[in-house]
Amino acid sequence: MSKHLVGNHIRKLRFHYDEMTQQQLADKAGVTRQTIVALEKGNYSPSLELAFRIALAFNLPLEEVFFYGDTTNLKNK
Amino acid sequence: MSVTYQEKKSIVSLISAILIFITFFFFMYPQYPEGEIDLSETYSYWGFFVLILTVVSIIAHIVISIVFNIFFRITTKEKEPAFSDELDKLIDLKANRNSFFVFIIGFIIAMASLTIGERSQLVFIILIGSGFTSDVVGSLSKIYYYRRGV
Repeated sequence: MSKHLVGNHIRKLRFHYDEMTQQQLADKAGVTRQTIVALEKGNYSPSLELAFRIALAFNLPLEEVFFYGDTTNLKNK
Repeated sequence: MSVTYQEKKSIVSLISAILIFITFFFFMYPQYPEGEIDLSETYSYWGFFVLILTVVSIIAHIVISIVFNIFFRITTKEKEPAFSDELDKLIDLKANRNSFFVFIIGFIIAMASLTIGERSQLVFIILIGSGFTSDVVGSLSKIYYYRRGV
């Protein structure tokens, strides 16, 4: 079982959102690019506030960006 | 495998801490007073050693950090992050926890050696050594957490 149970679709959403770069998303969410990299790799579960800020950057509800469950399959994609 | 700014910075910090300590130790240790010396002279020497090491470390870290940022900008054409976000702060906290843990172990060993009547020289060497090791552990922890996640 993966250590981090909070998964996300950030990578896919960036691609669908005019191929937004990690840096652009980081600037919108008010974090460093390193944090976006860690989130996409599934190495970090964000705070609730950051999760909302990222969802807001995509103009999507939280549950369409993040999900709770085993992230192993998502990592292998 | 890309290495991010924070990872590079931690690696540079680790290397500089090792280089500064080894250079300083080999420069200062031969100046240890030899022959029949009283206790106050020994304390004075180690006090001077720790103070100078602290000052030299701070100045060297600042200079190395500035040089690294300039080098980073030139080589990557990227600007370094101007702030620490929640991930940086969390990693800092965890790295500091590991670092303090190592120092406390060293401190306890130093106190134990004092209790069993070891020379004051050994006590100071253990204390300074644990300070250096804690610094190294802090940098290694940061590299580990940035790479493997928190």
